Amino acid sequence: MNKMKILSKLIIIFLFFQNFSSAETSQQVDKISKNLRCLICQGQSVYDSQSDFALSMKILIQNKIDEGKNDEQIYDFLKNKYGEWIVYDPEINKNTLLLWVLPLILFVFGGILILRKVSIK
Amino acid sequence: MSKNIKLISIVLFALFSFFILLKGLDKSNTYSPSIDKNKIDFNFKSKYLFSEKEVFLNELLKDEGMTLINIWASWCLPCKDEHAYLLKLKSLNNLNIIGINYKDNENNAKQFLSELGNPYTNIITDPNGINSIELGAFGVPETYLIENKSKLIIKKFIGPLDDKSFIQLTKIIQ
Repeated sequence: MNKMKILSKLIIIFLFFQNFSSAETSQQVDKISKNLRCLICQGQSVYDSQSDFALSMKILIQNKIDEGKNDEQIYDFLKNKYGEWIVYDPEINKNTLLLWVLPLILFVFGGILILRKVSIK
Repeated sequence: MSKNIKLISIVLFALFSFFILLKGLDKSNTYSPSIDKNKIDFNFKSKYLFSEKEVFLNELLKDEGMTLINIWASWCLPCKDEHAYLLKLKSLNNLNIIGINYKDNENNAKQFLSELGNPYTNIITDPNGINSIELGAFGVPETYLIENKSKLIIKKFIGPLDDKSFIQLTKIIQ
């Protein structure tokens, strides 16, 4: 009787942890796929899309996680295949410099405009 | 005077935006990275169609010459249209053509090939689309011309082959 109780407790613990760990990895898939552009569906992330491409991508990400790859490695792998465009967060390089600097320029420019108006008054 | 300048600058800005957007229309929506970056890892395993055996894609590439990799499925209508071109390429140049059967049902694939002919030297399967992603593909149909020695993609066709791409392909192969 006692043994049965221990066994059932063990099973419950086992099930709990198994659920927990699988939930954790799928959370990681969600996190990565939210950062990926679904290249064949406009304006959607891989996470949002139900297209064949996006579904395969999610399976692939899960496989890579199971292989023990970290987020950075998975992004690099996909960037290698599909180019910088697939990630929503573009790196700073020659082509994206304007993208990163423009808001800063506009901010400073706007600041100057406001200061001028205030000082004129 | 200042009203005029304002009006002119607004018109100029509108024209500027108009031409930028007009130019944007010409750009294709599918994005692909530059070809020279496209060194692909052919080192993944996949099951043969109509057999339980597995093979690395690497082993299907020959040492010399070129290989054509074609991603297809029996449910994909544009694949039917481009099939004639594949058959022509096979008969003209005796090209090594590898088919990747994308998310397909084996019976339907068999029927597709018996109806339209089989241009493929080997066919491997891709039941959940992962192998196609390893190649950097978006979906079906898609065709890659690969130089066997360097394992580089020379030419990539997204979407079905047509007269234009067929001429391009035969030129490169010869």
